[in-house]
Amino acid sequence: MYAWIFRNLPGPIWLRIIEALILLAAVVLLLMMYVFPWLSQFSPFTDSTIGQSNP
Amino acid sequence: MNRVASAPGRRMAREKQTFGNRITGFLGELLITLGIVLMLYVVWELWWTNIDSANAQKEVTQNLVQDLGDVVIPHEEVEEDIDYGPAPVSEAAPGETFGIMYFPTFGKKGTHHPVSYGVQSSVIDNLGIGYYPNTQLPGEKGNFAVAAHRQTHGQVFWDIDKLDDGDHIYLQTKEGYYTYTWFDTEIVTPSNGDVLLPTPHKWGVEPKKSILTMTSCHPPFSTRERIIAYSELTDWQPLDAGPPKEIRKLVVDATS
Repeated sequence: MYAWIFRNLPGPIWLRIIEALILLAAVVLLLMMYVFPWLSQFSPFTDSTIGQSNP
Repeated sequence: MNRVASAPGRRMAREKQTFGNRITGFLGELLITLGIVLMLYVVWELWWTNIDSANAQKEVTQNLVQDLGDVVIPHEEVEEDIDYGPAPVSEAAPGETFGIMYFPTFGKKGTHHPVSYGVQSSVIDNLGIGYYPNTQLPGEKGNFAVAAHRQTHGQVFWDIDKLDDGDHIYLQTKEGYYTYTWFDTEIVTPSNGDVLLPTPHKWGVEPKKSILTMTSCHPPFSTRERIIAYSELTDWQPLDAGPPKEIRKLVVDATS
């Protein structure tokens, strides 16, 4: 999968390395800013309230 | 890549991959990716959420400070023992950030965090401290109860277990500065909602004191139990009188 992506990036090898790093950074940012905040509502690990059912 | 292309042996090797090989390789990459994503989630939870929370808290604090008007900081030694009478009750409306809490004993130099209405995750994940809506208001007889994260999302109450005799917690609202003095800490199970009663643990008992109840996770990085810290309202002074001496620097930091 990753080898296929790398082979199909345009440009010489040094450009492809940069492109791959940009892609990687984009995916990480996407996860950090949108996916994980959404995912965390299902996480039971950080509840610090007590007793009452929260609205 | 030129080097690889000019090495026919290697090229051949790749083309000889069977369908099964490719599926296995793909699944392997997928599993490695999943592992890395899970590790990234931990990084997000332990590190990134603190940054997000700090930014959001800064923003709501600044909005509140604008509502509070000019903060009076007395120049130097002002009489500390003036009795301003009983503390008025501070109002809190849903969705509102109505106060700033100061913890001179937390961290290295003390900390401050905004207090907002509600304890749902949209509040305590981003805005610091949340106020339990069914509990009493600051200044009212009974229990002014708040919740915040012990770790992650700003780790607002990280030092809650270190509160000790004589430690103060301050609340600044439109009505003035409320001084709370710590008197007890206990560890309870997460279902123990009666710590939020006007008189904690006692149903139907008319409250005689105004107390502040802080709830958070215990032990840190776990949700097995809750740590509950109780403080009593011991003093109050109007905004015009300026902040109490102990938090003067923190107030300047929060409101500038």
